[in-house]
Amino acid sequence: MAGCGGVLLQSGPVVGAFPPWLAALFPEGVVSYALGGLFIGLGVAVIYLGTGITAGASTFLETTLSYASRLPRFNRRTYLASRDWRLTFTLGIVLGAAVYALTIGPGGWTTSVQPWRLLVGGVLVGIGTRVGKGCTSGHGVCGVGSLSGTSIVNVATFLVVAAGTAQVVMALGVVP
Amino acid sequence: MSDGTEPDGRGARFHGLILIGGLLFGFGLGVSRMARPEVVLDFLQFQDFGLLFVMGGAAAVSAVTFTLGADVFRGTAPLTGRAYGRRVKGLDRNVLVGGTVFGVGWGLSGICPGAAYASLGVGNWPVLWAIGGMFLGAYTQGYARSVLARRQGMEGTVGAD
Repeated sequence: MAGCGGVLLQSGPVVGAFPPWLAALFPEGVVSYALGGLFIGLGVAVIYLGTGITAGASTFLETTLSYASRLPRFNRRTYLASRDWRLTFTLGIVLGAAVYALTIGPGGWTTSVQPWRLLVGGVLVGIGTRVGKGCTSGHGVCGVGSLSGTSIVNVATFLVVAAGTAQVVMALGVVP
Repeated sequence: MSDGTEPDGRGARFHGLILIGGLLFGFGLGVSRMARPEVVLDFLQFQDFGLLFVMGGAAAVSAVTFTLGADVFRGTAPLTGRAYGRRVKGLDRNVLVGGTVFGVGWGLSGICPGAAYASLGVGNWPVLWAIGGMFLGAYTQGYARSVLARRQGMEGTVGAD
């Protein structure tokens, strides 16, 4: 099965048909990306068809604070009602990625992005996703899939800001 | 019902289905390589645009599924009785402010919530820094908004949210 991950990353079948200027934008091909996106969408679809829920990943962060905090904001009815399935969903995400890593994936790995970037970035992601009502899955997948103007505005905003931020960080010579 | 106020504990079938959905979702995040911060940063630095296919592919599957539910089946979901609808939220200043703060964080770290959980499953333990940060950020904004709402309440203006 190990070769399968390699096949997924080949730029061959799809990008091979692209003109060179376009192929240059996809040095790792598009197959693994598109296939991954389809699986993510399939996960959303299974949950939606069975339960009517449009599942996003970030509300987990705020609803589960109700297990540890008495702050009324984290103990709203909607949060108390959804926190346990959000825990199950997150557990599924962790296990699903583990299955990938151990089957067709490259096995385990760790990032070399510096801890301070992960921590500070994480704090801002935690604030931003809760203030902005969603994240890359809630707005980016479910919201855009719903053709919600709000989600499209949110996604456009964070894509532009994130690209700008990453460019500035790179220009400042922060690697990795 | 679609406001999500149903009580907890819908039983094993409900949680089993959510778990299967999560497994597919996490497997997809692995396959798409979005769980790797370096790949996300390459995208944001315009070195590899493959991530467009991740979000595009996932949103396309969602769009077809939601159209099936909301426009074709119309009824209610079997496991919850919840009406099939779409994910529509109001557009206000918070959506822009939150999107901007999220963008700075995503651009700095290359990590978003779903990808962070998946990354943990791959054994990428340093991502705990990011997950810890996300909980801290979520708590901080909730605490700050509670204090603000209380203050506004004392002045006789509108409450939270």
